[in-house]
Amino acid sequence: MNNRSLFIVKIVAFTLMLVAIVWAGIEFYNHRNFTETVVLGDGVSTVKKLSDYYPGLKDSVNDCNIYIFEGKEPGGTLMVIGGSHPEEPAANLTAELLVETAEVEVGRLIVAIRANRSASTVTRPGDAYPLYYTIPTPWGEKQYRMGDRWTNPLDAWPDPEVYVHYPSKQMLAYMDIRNFNRTWPGYANGTLTERTNFAFMELVRAENVDVFIDLHEAELEYPVISTIVAHQKGTNVAAMTSMMLNATEFKIGMEYSPKSLHGLSHREVGDHSQAVSYLLETPEPLLDRVRGITDEHLLLTGKDPFVQKAGEYGLLYEKIDDDGWPIDVRVGRHASTVLELAQSWSDLNPDRSIRVSNVPRYAEVIENGIGFYFANPANVPSQRLAYE
Amino acid sequence: MTFLNTLINASYYVLSAAVSLILIRNIVKTRDAQEAVLYCIILMPFLLRVFHIK
Repeated sequence: MNNRSLFIVKIVAFTLMLVAIVWAGIEFYNHRNFTETVVLGDGVSTVKKLSDYYPGLKDSVNDCNIYIFEGKEPGGTLMVIGGSHPEEPAANLTAELLVETAEVEVGRLIVAIRANRSASTVTRPGDAYPLYYTIPTPWGEKQYRMGDRWTNPLDAWPDPEVYVHYPSKQMLAYMDIRNFNRTWPGYANGTLTERTNFAFMELVRAENVDVFIDLHEAELEYPVISTIVAHQKGTNVAAMTSMMLNATEFKIGMEYSPKSLHGLSHREVGDHSQAVSYLLETPEPLLDRVRGITDEHLLLTGKDPFVQKAGEYGLLYEKIDDDGWPIDVRVGRHASTVLELAQSWSDLNPDRSIRVSNVPRYAEVIENGIGFYFANPANVPSQRLAYE
Repeated sequence: MTFLNTLINASYYVLSAAVSLILIRNIVKTRDAQEAVLYCIILMPFLLRVFHIK
């Protein structure tokens, strides 16, 4: 190849590379900076920031909103967090459902929609994850960031060779130093993820939280699914909740939080605070390794022929049929489980009672769709809007 | 711990920038068209990292 031809090849290749970088870069940048609008329901009394409880997070990407509902009568305090793993959208959607609809009669409710906000600013292109998903509402479509399991490497990088959990010193997988549900109870002088967990622990202690619920979704290939994982302090409440839901709404199990597995909310929040901690799991076929096309359709409908085939061969821990696992079913399960946990807690702890009303349950969410409960931000005064 | 993390984080960005410069230099100097295209492809993730985009 002569010099002129070589020069042309180099210029063309370099230009194509720049076009690809700019094209992809704009998409990545827009996704990272996309804001979700939340309409504050009538029950929301105050919106604080996580850094109000630990100033070390101030102005960081993880300084998320904390929505506080003061009840009409004193009682216990329930805290619900979504977005621990932003690739599990039923969690943040349920948390938002609470913020937009809940009213508290007795006690207090505290909600975080995007607990690990950084992890919601990145997806997994290598796994073909969609960048966004949209929920239909009566006034149009509401768009959300699809996220990842781990904190964005742009905010915490590089990972160690081995992640040594604090304070147990248990050795965990290297990337789990960015996994918000492997870094509880956090560390004030640690990485961004550890500091975020520490801030939440400070919140739990400062607000005297009685019941702490961490919302999640799981692949059907994973045995911990369709269940309530309970700290030993709260197994009676979890068992009663499971029995009530099985009798009235849907099948859900109950499991003990393993005492020797560290870093998870159901273990560490209960161990390091006065709160009783629970973790809820619903089925999300998009997370299964055997899935087919990974797109927004799969994310929202939970329908996948390959996962279904795996089910036919008995390889899954949860059933799946032609109906799949739609987002409304998954959010409905979370909503009912949160309400039933609060009810069971109140039955067994009348002096620290928590009564939450106006939140739709399983059957209502399925009938109307989750979007039905989201108000149009255009019709709401700006002081009743929050941004995630 | 936080200080060390910040230091390592910053040094990794410096390393990414250095590798980017070496790759650009190789694109200019190589006499092989296939190598030039290959260097361009390899350069992409380094530049996205340096500019804090991905």
